[in-house]
Order: sequence, then structure tokens, then C-alpha cells
Amino acid sequence: MGFFLEVLIGGLLAGVLYSLVALGFVLIFKASGVFNFAQGAMVLTAGLALVRALDVFEQWHWPFGLALLSAFAFAAVIMAIIAWMVERLVLRKLVNQEDIILFMATIGITFFLEGLAQTLFGADVYPLNVGLPKDPIFLLESLFDGGILVNELDIWAAVAAGLLVAGLALFFQRTRIGRALRAVADDHAAAQSVGIPLNQIWFIVWLVAGLVALVAGAVWGSKLGVQFSLSLLALKALPVLILGGFTSVPGAIIGGLIIGAGEKLAEVFLGPSMGGGIEIWFAYVVALLFLLFRPQGLFGERIIERV
Amino acid sequence: MGAESRLPLQPGEAEGVASANVLDVANIEVIYNHVILVLKGVSLSVPEGAIVALLGANGAGKSTTLKAISNLLLAERGEVTKGKIHCRGERVDGLTPNDLVRRGVIQVMEGRHCFGHLTVEENLLTGAFIHGRRRQQIADDLEKVYHYFPRLKVRRASQAGYTSGGEQQMTAIGRALMSRPNTILLDEPSMGLAPQLVEEIFEIVKNLNEREKVSFLLAEQNTNVALRYAHRGYILESGRVVLDGDAADLRENEDVKEFYLGIGGEGRRSFRDVKHYRRRKRWL
Ligand SMILES: Nc1ncnc2c1ncn2[C@@H]1O[C@H](COP(=O)(O)OP(=O)(O)OP(=O)(O)O)[C@@H](O)[C@H]1O
Ligand SMILES: [Mg+2]
Repeated sequence: MGFFLEVLIGGLLAGVLYSLVALGFVLIFKASGVFNFAQGAMVLTAGLALVRALDVFEQWHWPFGLALLSAFAFAAVIMAIIAWMVERLVLRKLVNQEDIILFMATIGITFFLEGLAQTLFGADVYPLNVGLPKDPIFLLESLFDGGILVNELDIWAAVAAGLLVAGLALFFQRTRIGRALRAVADDHAAAQSVGIPLNQIWFIVWLVAGLVALVAGAVWGSKLGVQFSLSLLALKALPVLILGGFTSVPGAIIGGLIIGAGEKLAEVFLGPSMGGGIEIWFAYVVALLFLLFRPQGLFGERIIERV
Repeated sequence: MGAESRLPLQPGEAEGVASANVLDVANIEVIYNHVILVLKGVSLSVPEGAIVALLGANGAGKSTTLKAISNLLLAERGEVTKGKIHCRGERVDGLTPNDLVRRGVIQVMEGRHCFGHLTVEENLLTGAFIHGRRRQQIADDLEKVYHYFPRLKVRRASQAGYTSGGEQQMTAIGRALMSRPNTILLDEPSMGLAPQLVEEIFEIVKNLNEREKVSFLLAEQNTNVALRYAHRGYILESGRVVLDGDAADLRENEDVKEFYLGIGGEGRRSFRDVKHYRRRKRWL
């Protein structure tokens, strides 16, 4: 039992990261109907900007706290510039084109970002230390023999992700811009008709997705080092989206947790009897089953129809 | 508002900067998708403080005309290819919908288009988007909207997607009011509503027109109701204005009676078979 919980918790914590990437997708998809293939590349870019800026500031012997804050600010500015360029140079030109054309455009953005980020910031594996402890800790030692082993970093990652999601929820529910974003997600044309400028909304939503990518990049980076494989996270987010539904923020979060926990549990408990390696394809098989039996996902859009 | 000021200006006067018309549409042509010609030279004007009805059958081009003015056309790959649109003497074709809302011209779209997942009150608040953070003003305006639509106050916390058709129409009009418009382009408010509710909505339109001095350009298929509340009317057929005049005159017009009010005459199909109304080519 203790071991099961240990695997489960480890999986859920890994799932938090899938959730973060999927969340970036959902935000952009809801607000602009664009399937943003570049979300993974944005995680890579944000992570690289963060780690390289932090290295530089530390070389300048800035105090760690200041260096860390400045590095986050630098990366956030980079994400804002990307959001601005995407809106100006891509979305604005392609407005009202078919969805598939916009999707292709985001594939273009992916390659562009991957190339640009690695040219500007380098293409190695950069270990990232944002000051979070990495020690393994034991929980509930009184209940289970030997307790449950978890990585402290994972817990901090989950806390960071939780705070981010809570912050986003507040932003969407309580602010004027958040309300406008939800309005655009519901009905583009009507939002335009009341004077909400879509260009501005698209910029904001790409910026928010960029900041989500920054958090994801920081967390993954501190776990595994910032490296090119972050860009491939986008591929893991796909099954999460199919599971959670493309338009549902809670769906992205819960879908990520389910996939994360599911693949770890499957690996540990089914792996031995099936020759292992389940973790790699588990998510995609789950996604396939969902496509067959529940294509709208767990939290697929409740379509309100009333004439 | 005196009755005189509602008379439209004569052709020559519209060129001046200080027009008494809130809207002057001169001979516009609209093409969708670069190929489909839908409006073939439509001219109309909305005098300050007037309710002007734009009438015609399905597909006549009423909605297209309104969207050409508010420039929601752009989002549907439509384009004004000829003609001019002036708002209070200022050329406005080519501006964005946001620019027009800032100038006080706002469209309430056909089919209401409420934000289904937002509450009624949130829907209303989105209408104040251009007013940013002026909290006091927005709170006052909200109260005013609830004053005109008491039913919305009761339903303020309901998700708009689950309210009735009439409540959605009220929400859509209320939302537009929150932008503090001087002109509302109202597209088929009667669509799918019971006669009594249609009457209620039009009464409110009349109230808003008289008390808040809002001018209306009103697209309607319900000719009967529209001509009772409007001051002037234009009749569109296949993208052309075939007849226009004071609402009272239009109500008495034999052809209007026959084709749009369903009274008298039989057998003839279209205006064209009856009489050839030469389009008055104004402001060319
Ligand atoms: N986005 C579009 N693309 C192509 N054609 C369009 C588009 N929108 C409208 N049309 C065409 O333009 C013509 C006029 O349409 P419009 O919606 O303006 O008519 P309407 O008078 O408002 O009719 P209704 O009373 O049915 O609302 C129709 O023939 C319609 O098929
Ligand atoms: Mg119409």
C-alpha cells in the first residue's frame, strides 16, 4: 500500500507538468480557436531564457534572490515579445483563414522558435537551480513501514503549479480583461461587436500561455535540466488534451494528473508482466480509447444550445 | 426631439462635415469572399434621434448593410468595395468595430449572440469594455440597464446560455447600452419571439429612443411592428433599396401592404412585377 501510494504520488507530481503544458494549449485554443503546436517550443524558449539569464546574473555576482527574480523577469519579457510578434506577424495576417492554415502556421512558429532560442541561448543541457531543495523526503512514516518517498522538488513544483492555476482562475473570473477573454472564447463575433479588440486579446492570451510555459520550463528545467527535449513536451500534452477536452481548463489539469499517475502506475504494476516500456506509449493508448469512446474528452464542452 | 430634426437631409447637404445625420450610407457595394456581390448600391441615412427601419425578405441584405456600417463584415470575409459611409460627417468605412463602438455606433447582432457561459450581468459588463476601469460610471449604467429591463436584474446571476430567448434579446440590447451608444444597429430583435414579447422589446426601443436619445437603425422582417415604431423606412430587395419614405406613408403604400404587411392583392411575386422603382442615385 505504501509503495502504491508512493508511485501514485510520484505520477501525479509528474502529471502536474503535463497539466501545465496542456493548460497553455487550452488557453490559446479557447481564445482563438488555434491549435498551438508551438506550446512545447515556448516551454523550451522560456526555460532557456531563464537558465541562461540566471547564469549571466550569477556570474555578475548578483545576490541569488535578485538574480533569480531578474532572470524570471527577463524570460517573461522574452515571452511577451514572442506573443507580440506572433500576433503582429502571424495571427493578424491570417485572420479568418481556415483552422488548418493557422495550425500550419504554429508548426512554422515551432521551428522558428526552436531555432531562434537555441541560436540565442545555446543548445546544450543547462542545469537549472531555482533554489528549490531536491532532497527526497519521507512522508507518513507512522502509517507505513518506511514511509512514502517523495521528491521535495516535485512538491514545490505542484505548489507552484497550483498557485499559477489559482492565479489564472482569479484573473479570468474577477478582472475586466479576464471577462473579455472568456467572452471571446464564447463568441468571437459578438465580442467584436461590443468593441473588444481581438488583436489585443490574442496578444494577452499568447502572453499568458507564454508565462504558463515559463513556469513549466522552470519546473522541468530544475528537474531534468533545460534541454531540447522540453520542446517535445507538446507531444505529451496531446493525449492530455484528448482526455481532458480541448476547451476545458479543469480538464487540462485533471487530464494531466491522470496521464501522469496512470503511466507511472502502469509502468510499475503492469510493466513487469508486459516487458516494460509502458510509460512511453501509455498516454497515447489512453487517448486512442478516448477518441473511440468519448471523443469530447472528460470535460468536453457542454454545448449550451437554446434558440 | 422635434419632428423636423428627424427629416433626412437632402442629398447635397450630406457632404458637409456638420451633418445632422448620425449615419450616411452612400451607394455602397458589398462583396463576400471576393466574388459574391450582395449589396448593389445601397444608400440610406439615419437622422439624429430617429428610428429607421430597414425592411426586406430573407437574404435581401439587411444584415449585410448593418455589418457594413459596424464593420463586422471584415470578420466574415466581406468587404465594402464601393461607396462611402459617414458617421456624423466623418468617414468611417475601414475603421474597426472597436473604433465605431468608441464613436457611439454599436451593433446588436441577429440571433442575439449572448456569451452563453457568462452570467447575464457579466454579459452586460462586457459591453462596458471600452470604458475601462470607470467603476462608478459602469455601476450607474448597469443600474440604468436594469431599470429598462427589470427582468434582467432578476436573472443577473444566471448563465446567459440558459435564459429564455426574450431575456437573451434584452441582454444583448442591454449589453450594447453599456457602451453608451448614440446609435444602435439592431438586427431582427423580433426573431423567434412571441408577439407580446416583440411588442415589449419595441416599447423599450421606443423608450430608449425618446429618453436616452439613442438613434436606431433597425433591420426587421416583421414589417408591421417595425413600421409602427419607426419614423422612416427603407425597403431592400436583392441588395437594392427599392422604396423608402416616412413610416406612416409606407404603411399606407399599396405595394407594401400587399407584399410586406400581407393585406390585399394577390398573385404578384415581387415589387419588380408591380412597378419599377427607380433607385434614386444619391450622392454619386
Ligand atoms: N458570410 C457570407 N458569405 C457569403 N455570402 C453571404 C454571407 N453572409 C450573407 N451572405 C449572402 O448575402 C445575402 C444577404 O444576406 P443578409 O444576411 O444580409 O440578408 P438579410 O436581409 O439579413 O436576411 P435575413 O432576413 O434572412 O436575416 C444572402 O444571399 C446571403 O446568402
Ligand atoms: Mg439578417
